[in-house]
Amino acid sequence: MSAHAEAVHDHGHHGPPPANRSSRLDPTTLGMFLFIASEAMLFGAFFTAYFFVRVVNPDAPSTWPPPPYEFPVFVASVNTAILVTSSFTIHWATQSIKRGDRNGLRAGLVVTILLGAAFLLTQAIEYAHVGFNTSDGAFASVFFGLTGLHGAHVFVGLSLLTMAAVRAFKGHFSPDHFHGVEIPGIYWHFVDVMWIIVWAAVYLL
Amino acid sequence: MKNPVRDESSAFQVVWLTLGGAGLVVVAAWIETWLGVIVFLLLVAAALWTIRGGMRHRDQAHVVRDEGPTRRILVVANETVAGGELRDLLGKKAVGVDEHVLLVCPALNSRLRTWTSDEDGARAAAQARLDASLERLVALGVHARGEIGDGDPLQALEDALREFPADEIVVSTHPPGRSHWLEQGVVENARLRFDVPVTHVVVDLEATTL
Repeated sequence: MSAHAEAVHDHGHHGPPPANRSSRLDPTTLGMFLFIASEAMLFGAFFTAYFFVRVVNPDAPSTWPPPPYEFPVFVASVNTAILVTSSFTIHWATQSIKRGDRNGLRAGLVVTILLGAAFLLTQAIEYAHVGFNTSDGAFASVFFGLTGLHGAHVFVGLSLLTMAAVRAFKGHFSPDHFHGVEIPGIYWHFVDVMWIIVWAAVYLL
Repeated sequence: MKNPVRDESSAFQVVWLTLGGAGLVVVAAWIETWLGVIVFLLLVAAALWTIRGGMRHRDQAHVVRDEGPTRRILVVANETVAGGELRDLLGKKAVGVDEHVLLVCPALNSRLRTWTSDEDGARAAAQARLDASLERLVALGVHARGEIGDGDPLQALEDALREFPADEIVVSTHPPGRSHWLEQGVVENARLRFDVPVTHVVVDLEATTL
């Protein structure tokens, strides 16, 4: 048995001192976590506005949205299915690269991007045929505000996934190095979670 | 507090939990609006409780068992890190095996200081205790290294297990009645949370001749 001791603290260290870290949570993951936390608060503000407008409506909750308008529940539900499916595919992509399956990673990313683009396209078509506009009342403003905010996040997520896909096709990722996929994946799941809440609160309740 | 989106797989689970929760709220709200609000509040409370550690799970992802002659022991200790009982235990466990010890000293800080200042002082104090203890372990012939950990001993253990696949965890505390960690159930929670044998060592510094 060797008698040996070492401490991480290096008294002979030159240059700036190493930064203290209270946890070994990876800084990029921690950064995404904090970003998502701030985003959740942003959505919280929009949800507050939405429920305020809904509660002060004299006919609420029995009639929502105010007649004669209707929310396209079926289209939104189809969009929900699309986005939830995309969570499956990004999970598949991440698990694939963990196993060293680069083809699975590429396929998963491409399918996820296609599903995300389909979601945005469906939402754009929904906006065009919904039958009301932001000038038709507070309910319309919060509807477009909330769903539009989410749509913007889907667009950001798609941009991140596209960058990850480009890197994946260039062979940048390996079972030991896949942070560039995992971080957008976490963000994509957050976007999915937010849509489920938006869908339930706006279209179903 | 455990980060629910620590990795992509955890975030994926959050998606399903959200989908299930939203379904419950919608069904309850269809029955009666206030029932939906109550279900929503209950789900939020349950989520917060879980994040705060209410459901300690057996975290097997960090564990690599080694049945060979090498034995890796992860020790978490603070003031008792210099205790004779702990040194004796590690010395006994080193007999006949190639023992590797990672000694983790949590940088204990008050909540007020954590939020209003920094943990430099806590880390410096922990480092001093760690250095002194490592010297004593070397004298016993133990292959040991050490590092400063998170202020939460369970989090410090989890962090250490990510890089040090231990065969055994040793938690060193003061005797019952004088130990905050025992009051917080650190030993019991460590046994629930990690799929590694956990040994509890009581170090009575007042009775120990150093």
